Amino acid sequence: MMLDEVLASLFPSGHTLERGLSGTVHGTAKVEGQGDVTVIGIAGGTPLSVDGAMLLAGHVLAAVEAGGRAPIVVLVDTSSQNMARRDELLGLNEYLAHLAKSLLLAAVHGHRTVSVLFGHAAAGAFIATALSSQSLVALPGAEPSVMDLPSISRVTKLPLENLKELAKSTPIFAPGVEPLFATGAVAETWTADQPFAPRLAALLRRPVPTSDLRDRTGLERKGRLLAQKIAERVAAEAAAHA
Amino acid sequence: MSNLLQPHEVDWYEASARERAAGLLDPKSFTEFLGPEQRAMSPHLARFNLTGAFDDGIVVGRGHLDGQEVFVAAQEGRFLGGAFGEVHGAKLVGLLRAARDGAETGVPRAVLLMLDTGGVRLQEANAGELAISEVIRAIVEVRSASVPVLALVGGRAGAFGGGGIITACCSRIVVSEHARVSVSGPEVIETNKGVEEFDSKDRALVWRVCGARTRYLTGGADRYVKGRIQDFREAAIALIPHAPPFELGTLKAEQRRLAERLQRFGDCRDALEIWRKAGLPEPERIAEIADDAFLAIQRPKGADHDAR
Repeated sequence: MMLDEVLASLFPSGHTLERGLSGTVHGTAKVEGQGDVTVIGIAGGTPLSVDGAMLLAGHVLAAVEAGGRAPIVVLVDTSSQNMARRDELLGLNEYLAHLAKSLLLAAVHGHRTVSVLFGHAAAGAFIATALSSQSLVALPGAEPSVMDLPSISRVTKLPLENLKELAKSTPIFAPGVEPLFATGAVAETWTADQPFAPRLAALLRRPVPTSDLRDRTGLERKGRLLAQKIAERVAAEAAAHA
Repeated sequence: MSNLLQPHEVDWYEASARERAAGLLDPKSFTEFLGPEQRAMSPHLARFNLTGAFDDGIVVGRGHLDGQEVFVAAQEGRFLGGAFGEVHGAKLVGLLRAARDGAETGVPRAVLLMLDTGGVRLQEANAGELAISEVIRAIVEVRSASVPVLALVGGRAGAFGGGGIITACCSRIVVSEHARVSVSGPEVIETNKGVEEFDSKDRALVWRVCGARTRYLTGGADRYVKGRIQDFREAAIALIPHAPPFELGTLKAEQRRLAERLQRFGDCRDALEIWRKAGLPEPERIAEIADDAFLAIQRPKGADHDAR
């Protein structure tokens, strides 16, 4: 979906969203039952650079500093992290981590954080934006991927055709909303037949999970069968030794 | 490993994950959780005709560091590049959640992550990516409970992809000469953007862009140590009492620090340019001098900080 369509359907009561540098957007929007919510995002499939991550984290920290508990909505359409020597030289890992930490800090301070994926998101940029909120919503046209199948084919040396066939039998490696929904990454998938605004309002009304339940969700949806059990076994052994 | 060396004298780069864990901790104090005898293996590798490992490439457990109870995790960079798969990642998530839950009782005093990873294991990419995100969230929870989390990097796989992001979420970062910390690997950038952007075969360039010395001099790492396990151990003991708290003030300071780095060095494309701009002595020799000479260099302003 295009950003303008997303905004029209998500925030029909109005918003102050402005485009910033490096593909970023920021502002506030009205959501029923919430008043003004903070909105940040990266749009147009722009790669997330050190500069973009800096801007987004700055908006998040400003919202935390302003106080209150207004929700934060993160709109995501980014190809991946910016693949450039300059960004890596400057320490892109620190910039992406800073953005992820800022979003997690906002949640610690009581801001409900929701990412809305309406285009691409891959690799490290996916981690620092879409996956660093408490809930991730996928809209029509969302194309999340950790790595595309041709790249997986190159690394694993398995023919693309075999990978496509394998992808039908397991959600564990294939790109797309469905596999990431099954594994617990995507909380909700919204379709175009219903406006997004009431769905967002409903999502924000529901109680916030106090801990990370994505492994449990992945188990319930039968997309990630082991993660939760393994984590629990390790934690149980750790507690027994304490 | 040579039989003549005590565990803590072994070279970090050459050591296995289990040797690093044992050598980092006080002698004979390491207890492993979900050890290889329990055979918690990846169920996803067989369909790619790959052989699994009984520990899925990561060792987690507890022990004593200078007499204090700590939790440790060590990735095995020699097994599938130390990459995060479902089981591998969940072991680390479980360890961190146990640290969070134990914080009230004062155990553990800290969590030490011996990262050695290329990032996500592509054969189980979705599970690996999610595990990395879960690890990041758990690190924040552990730090929020006032338990420091330290990243120790000096293995052959470095800390790439999500592993680089995890590194920078930790309270403190220790590196040795071999450490490379980045997001996109040089090969990935070359494949996507061409050899003119990044020649991944130019080893010296790769080290200047991703390597420990560049990270240390720009503030991307807090301690640079010589390569023995003992050196990492001493640095960890020294850093634990001084870990920055996870709070708004810390992240605001990090925002300022990272913005300042962009302002000062944002137009540089090679570490040499950074070192020249920072006014470091003999910048063209920084990559090649011995560790002792390197450690004698005064770090540029702002590289020594609590903003992480």
